[in-house]
Amino acid sequence: MGNIWQGLTEAARLVLHLDADLLEITARSLQVTLSATVIAALIGLPTGAWLAVSRFRARRVVVATMNALMGLPPVVVGLLVYMLFSRSGPLGVLGLLFTPAAMIIAQVIIIAPIMASISHQAIRELWADYHDLLISLNASRVQRIRALLWDGRRSLLTAALAGFGRAIGEVGAIMIVGGNIDHATRVLTTAIALETGKGNLALALGLGFVLIALAMAVNLALHFLTRTETSGRW
Amino acid sequence: MILKSLFVFFALAFSATASLAEDLKLAVTTSFANSGLAEILLPAIAEDTGINVQLLIVGTGQALALGQAGDVDAVLVHARAAEEAFIAAGHATHRREIMYNDFVLIGPAPDPAGVASAPAAAAALELIALARAPFVSRGDESGTHLAEKALWAAAGIEPQGDWYRSVGQGMGAALNTASGMDAYILSDRASWLNFGNKGNLALLFSGDPAMFNQYAYLPVNPANHPHVRADLAATLEDWLTGDHARALIDGYLLSGEQLFHFNATPD
Amino acid sequence: MVAPILPMIMSQAVLRRGGHRILGPVTLTLEGRGITIVLGPNGAGKTSLLRAMHGLDRLRSGSVSWAVPTEAARKRQAFVFQTPILMRRSVRDCIAFPLTLAGHSRRDARQQASAMAERVGLAGHLDQPAQSLSGGERQKMAIARALVCAPQVLFLDEPCANLDGRSTAEIEAILLAAREGGTRIVMATHNVGQARRLADDVLFVHRGLLHESGPAAGFFSNPQTPEARAHLQGDLLS
Ligand SMILES: Nc1ncnc2c1ncn2[C@@H]1O[C@H](COP(=O)(O)OP(=O)(O)OP(=O)(O)O)[C@@H](O)[C@H]1O
Ligand SMILES: [Mg+2]
Repeated sequence: MGNIWQGLTEAARLVLHLDADLLEITARSLQVTLSATVIAALIGLPTGAWLAVSRFRARRVVVATMNALMGLPPVVVGLLVYMLFSRSGPLGVLGLLFTPAAMIIAQVIIIAPIMASISHQAIRELWADYHDLLISLNASRVQRIRALLWDGRRSLLTAALAGFGRAIGEVGAIMIVGGNIDHATRVLTTAIALETGKGNLALALGLGFVLIALAMAVNLALHFLTRTETSGRW
Repeated sequence: MILKSLFVFFALAFSATASLAEDLKLAVTTSFANSGLAEILLPAIAEDTGINVQLLIVGTGQALALGQAGDVDAVLVHARAAEEAFIAAGHATHRREIMYNDFVLIGPAPDPAGVASAPAAAAALELIALARAPFVSRGDESGTHLAEKALWAAAGIEPQGDWYRSVGQGMGAALNTASGMDAYILSDRASWLNFGNKGNLALLFSGDPAMFNQYAYLPVNPANHPHVRADLAATLEDWLTGDHARALIDGYLLSGEQLFHFNATPD
Repeated sequence: MVAPILPMIMSQAVLRRGGHRILGPVTLTLEGRGITIVLGPNGAGKTSLLRAMHGLDRLRSGSVSWAVPTEAARKRQAFVFQTPILMRRSVRDCIAFPLTLAGHSRRDARQQASAMAERVGLAGHLDQPAQSLSGGERQKMAIARALVCAPQVLFLDEPCANLDGRSTAEIEAILLAAREGGTRIVMATHNVGQARRLADDVLFVHRGLLHESGPAAGFFSNPQTPEARAHLQGDLLS
């Protein structure tokens, strides 16, 4: 209990002092995870919708694979991306290892399947509702997917936020591909791991509270943005 | 509209990370990073040489793997046998000894095994094994773990049993574990002094030369990896073995104690 | 002018569901002008017949063909479902949806949608979420959505089931106006009174089969099959 209290006061101290390092790693956490969330959403959400409206032979297999990928341990993704982008790996020439770009790629791989899976589920239900209407109106496949994505945007926002939540708290993969380099690839989660390693538990916990606050702020901001945009009941 | 502002945000965020200084990636061990010495050395290096050293803080095994893959330009580790094998395999051009610090034996302050009065490190470990007192081992093939194994070997003991806990984690995590279960543990002095969660633990035994911990600097072989910054690595080596480094290393005190002893020889 | 999609020829059409034959074989031709009313008891196959004509369900056997290729023909048809399908949008956007699909600009689509909403009496509900409409309003919305693209052929599956007398009269007026405008209407209903008011032709369906088809006058005055006679009488009794 005392430790948790210390963590809280530490978090308050960090925030009140607007510690420069804290600002930097917080901004980088946001930068990496928001980028990953946007990219993964652009990939994952339409993929889920497309799987919901398409009928093809391998669909079951694709859906099962997608659901299985959700369970992939981040460390494995990190290793995979590391091996791809290592100087000795196939994409080593790009020199992306130990950069925020590599961290974004790893997070995209981790969260795109989650987003695709949730969006698949949501869009499938909507598709069942809309099926006859869209067929009757002779909507093309692209038009169908667009209408479903738009009308399902609430659920898709949930899907995106689920992805964001997982990415912002992820440490295993970005530790490996980012390297936790100070002033280059250090983010909140890797800093927490580092401080825990040093036995600075209060500081680590304080950073953890900052992380939670950040995640909540992003969630609230997105809900606020979408609410003001639609002002409807759905 | 939202998308647009997002793009602006990312563009700014990314451009902010790009800098003009030349970057050199150096893989170092956790124990070195935890010592806090890096925070003294890095700004001085940047000032004197213009090199921005990016530290990758990993275990000895991973540090050498990163060097082998060419993902870093040089490594700074403390595991002599592994370093020599690394050079023999052609992954580094040479090794250069920079400094040493020492390992210390940590344990619960009441010292149930009585190691504080042991004549030597090996004898201290023998007492722990005899008492079957809980002992936490890094168990991760790190430099510290290798040193620990060498000490057990010197004591002629193959540690096993439920008192011997191999955690397979970094120094900090292992210390956290030891603190949580009031166990003995071998740590480097720097990590111990910097460790913030000591609990009941205390430094019980140190000073045996067998516990000295030599750090060496190994530049990655540019013949294997043309992209590595061999030029920067050489500049850094010169700096690390030079007078400014000596002054900073020998002068680095933690809780009033000198942690590292500069012992590089000029070439 | 757009090429006419009629006549539609349905030939030996059969629908099967869950191991049962729920429709057919049915053979009929849809052509000319006017309103065709589909009559029949619950579960007779009225909905199935309309869906088969519109091409919503794959036929087990037989065929439906239009004067133009099926895809092109579908674009000139509209369908009002027995249970209105509500999109998660405002009433205005729901009605505008077929227009945006057809490539109209958003502005134009919304303008036309507003005008159409006014015609069916939904002018005051334009910005309301479609899901919040009452049962009768939902049906009006669905009719507006179907009419907004000025279809050549309009299928309606019991469009007035939830409407009060006044709304029913309004909708009937709209349908009659559409008929005058040249829209060919095929409508299922249980309301024999409405059938008498609107029908030019009648299709009488029973147990998935077409029992009678012909001009309304003859059907109501002199039904040919006992099933049709019973249906008309049953309705009179109730
Ligand atoms: N998927 C299905 N599986 C099994 N039976 C079905 C299926 N779809 C329709 N049916 C059956 O086909 C028959 C005809 O249904 P249809 O909806 O065409 O009747 P309807 O004439 O429109 O009836 P109502 O007046 O009640 O709307 C019904 O008995 C119905 O239960
Ligand atoms: Mg029906």
